[in-house]
Amino acid sequence: MRDHTDQLRANWAKDAAPAVPACRVDVSDLTVARDRKTLLNIPALTLNAPGPSVIIGPNGAGKSVLLRLIHGLLPATTGQIALTDPSGGGAVKQAMLFQKPVLLRRSVSGNLGFVLRQQGVPWRARRARIDELLAQGHLQTRAKQPARSLSGGEQQRLALVRALATGPDLLLLDEPTAPLDPAATREIEGLIRQISASGIKIVMVTHDLGQARRLASEVILLHRGQVQEQAPTDRFFALPRSAAAQAFLSGDLLR
Amino acid sequence: MQNFAEELRAALLLILSGDPDMWSIVLLSLRVSLTATVVAAAIGLPLGAILAVTRFPGKQLVVVVVNALMGLPPVVVGLTVYLLLSNSGPLGVLSLLYTPTAMIVAQVLLVLPIITALTRQIISELDGEYADQLRSLGLSRMQTVPTLLWDGRFQLMTALLAGFGRAVAEVGAVLIVGGNINHVTRVMTTTIALETSKGNLALALALGVILIMIALMVNAAVAATALRAQRLSHA
Repeated sequence: MRDHTDQLRANWAKDAAPAVPACRVDVSDLTVARDRKTLLNIPALTLNAPGPSVIIGPNGAGKSVLLRLIHGLLPATTGQIALTDPSGGGAVKQAMLFQKPVLLRRSVSGNLGFVLRQQGVPWRARRARIDELLAQGHLQTRAKQPARSLSGGEQQRLALVRALATGPDLLLLDEPTAPLDPAATREIEGLIRQISASGIKIVMVTHDLGQARRLASEVILLHRGQVQEQAPTDRFFALPRSAAAQAFLSGDLLR
Repeated sequence: MQNFAEELRAALLLILSGDPDMWSIVLLSLRVSLTATVVAAAIGLPLGAILAVTRFPGKQLVVVVVNALMGLPPVVVGLTVYLLLSNSGPLGVLSLLYTPTAMIVAQVLLVLPIITALTRQIISELDGEYADQLRSLGLSRMQTVPTLLWDGRFQLMTALLAGFGRAVAEVGAVLIVGGNINHVTRVMTTTIALETSKGNLALALALGVILIMIALMVNAAVAATALRAQRLSHA
């Protein structure tokens, strides 16, 4: 376990300059209304920072709604979300990680095999790919265990590599470490850095400002369904410009 | 009534002696009810799952009707199948009345609503948990059906056992369409009814004991399934 953490730290340093992201997200004239209440109102927002774009904000700000919209799990009332691959590599594939991992009632390998089969990976190639993914998630010794008997951190690591099994260009993470302890959180963050460095664009929601500072290339503050500020991470935390950001960082932003 | 202990002794002796007539009745019962359960499962599992994951106008009505059919009176099912299979009925040419096949048909009709309704409930609940994740992985609603059926396998097993329990303990439908013919369509429940009225309490009691044991085994199987699901964290 110790070696593993050290390795993650080493990776962090190595991954400091991510590759060109595979994907950019352009939101235009977006509104979402439910029961005559406006949940989101974003005239324009572009997510194309090289590393993770991290969305923060108080509860009920519309962070998860935005992720679900990008993923296509919710319909927009008006407006568009366009995903483009700057290298011109065709349709953008995306995957999403939910706050509480939804693991199938099968073994750890079975969960990965299910997604690979769904992706049309031939049976012969699946075994090798499963082993790669298990190694990436540090789950080799867990392969045959029922997925739901894993610890919370292991379950989220499995959910993360299972999302990778779909071969995404864009990975959406909805508070992936919210229920985890600090050690498990650090492992997930290490994986997220590796994934970002491999060229997969990451858009993530978090409540953890420390995590935003550690992972983000840019920070987006949502409040009452509107983007209050979008800035590079260092600038956002050192010199927040909007009143909302200043209030949020000092813990004074109300719903 | 003072003979009860004596009759019970005779009944247990009958069970232990391995009376071939009695065991052929037990085997026919099991064959009819197991076949009916398998057939009802083959239809009811996919039907219940599709009912759970699809949306269409009037769905609530269909769900209410299927749930209500769970309590279908066996004699009414028996009467309906009798009318269909009798010589003057629409399916009379098949000559199925008073055969084990007719009994299977009647029990399928009894068990199908139970398996369908329970499957719909179980799969609905599982779908609530899985829907977003499976959609995120690119599955269409209909594609989720086999996945949900497999992942609900432990709970669905209890639905099948409930269906079998209903089939094997039922008397009204098989009596009407089977006719309770010795060595042909005589099953445990119809024999108990007949032998009791004839005063042959030993045989009736012996079959009653076996029927209760089958019920116990079915319940034990349900409990074991639940336990195994829990151990695998699949509950």
